[in-house]
Amino acid sequence: MVDPMKKYSGFSLFKHALKHHEDWQKTWRSPRPKQSYDVIIVGGGGHGLATAYYLAKEHGITNVAVLEKGYLGGGNTARNTTIVRSNYLWDESSRLYDHALDLWYGLSQDLNYNVMFSSRGVMNLGHNLQDMRDIERRVNANRLNGIDAAVLTTKEVKDIVPIINDSQDIRYPILGASWQKTGGVARHDAVAWGYARGADQLGVDLIQQCEVTDIVVEQGAVTGVQTSQGFIGAKKVACVTAGNSGVMASMAGIRLPLESHPLQALVSEPIKPIIDTVVMSNAVHAYVSQSDKGDLVIGAGIDAYNGYGQRGSLHVVEHTLSAICELFPMFSRVRMNRAWGGIVDTCPDACPIISKTQVDGLYFNCGWGTGGFKATPGSGHVFAHTVAHDDPHPLAKPFTIDRFNTGHLIDEHGAAGVAH
Amino acid sequence: MLHIYCPYCEEMREEEEFSYAGEAHIARPLDPESLTDAQWGDYVFFRTNPRGLHHEMWNHAAGCRRYFNVTRDTQTYVIHETYKMGEQPSVTGEKP
Repeated sequence: MVDPMKKYSGFSLFKHALKHHEDWQKTWRSPRPKQSYDVIIVGGGGHGLATAYYLAKEHGITNVAVLEKGYLGGGNTARNTTIVRSNYLWDESSRLYDHALDLWYGLSQDLNYNVMFSSRGVMNLGHNLQDMRDIERRVNANRLNGIDAAVLTTKEVKDIVPIINDSQDIRYPILGASWQKTGGVARHDAVAWGYARGADQLGVDLIQQCEVTDIVVEQGAVTGVQTSQGFIGAKKVACVTAGNSGVMASMAGIRLPLESHPLQALVSEPIKPIIDTVVMSNAVHAYVSQSDKGDLVIGAGIDAYNGYGQRGSLHVVEHTLSAICELFPMFSRVRMNRAWGGIVDTCPDACPIISKTQVDGLYFNCGWGTGGFKATPGSGHVFAHTVAHDDPHPLAKPFTIDRFNTGHLIDEHGAAGVAH
Repeated sequence: MLHIYCPYCEEMREEEEFSYAGEAHIARPLDPESLTDAQWGDYVFFRTNPRGLHHEMWNHAAGCRRYFNVTRDTQTYVIHETYKMGEQPSVTGEKP
């Protein structure tokens, strides 16, 4: 619940306009850390902030701190291509991502913060017979799971995206696509800031510039964390640190089945509205949408090597742009403005780990790899349940770390390995 | 773009000629039948994934097509050494 005095509304806008917008309340406090908390969440990105928000809202646990070594939403939350969809192949993952999609639909109202979720549809192109067979299989699986999905023909693709190159003479012609109309994009910063504000108003302490340097474990149970601002005690520590999860795990003396890779994305100069949906292609590895500012948002692939450097190699970007230019010849003279890399924690089965660990009171939510943004609300929601009850949320049960020992993997490479 | 010295070709070549092959020095268990599920899972899936020095395998795919080892810093991407399969790294980050 947002404090009625601080609620954003037409009325508050009017009220502040009378005072020349000079005394808007701070969006969140910046408290000093207390000596101890019931729950410490390490990592102030979208997933961590969402976890804090749902811990406070759904489970009444408000003695919570979110520790962020940089600034809120400054890691992968600020570095993704903001695509939201739920058309995953397997039952386990489609339920999880569809749960997130349900939450996206009411999120702006729930948070009283405009996350600019735009359900403009997401299209995955097929370029050969096998692609189309895979697409049909996935669409059928989606429909059985109640997810809105359809197979498009080349003509239907062209009707939705008139600027696409539907020539059958190109190296990778478009033979059709899968289509999730309820998918779309959201504003990444607003998601982090909305959850941060919501959590803060429920009493969660958001502590920035506070790097966790060690996880303190005594007799197999967590007692707190050492940070750049001193020791902070906690009964439970929940790590939501994406690419740095392996580093966090090693502090607690455990290993994770993760490898961290740079994943690059780039945006063009702003242009007039030209593409009003999201077009993705796994086979040629390219995906593009247009932001509200008008820039084309383009995702490249991961660099094959392990890396924490938040940058990657140029040939990966070149590869993506050559595919984009073949699909959209008219983009060939658009200049690219900025490119960046985020560090993604890839899992062997391209599915996340939402799990307790062998250390009591230590939880991990990681392994989202290349496609975590879309799951932000659902991830936080089920992880909050897992932390609050020390027992996995029913939707999170298949995603425990044990699956790498039992062999019960959820192989989502087809639906998740490339596209986001 | 990394520049990698192939210890077999004895030449500095561009990254695009190579393909990455993951963490090095992971020995296949000699007696897989006797491993528990936990031990087998650990061998197959779990990795050190360090932030810093990393010993890793690369394949010179567009050259000699042989595998070799590289010691690289995963934060700065500086390559400290490359060495042939079967050899041990000389840069380990441990103080002598």
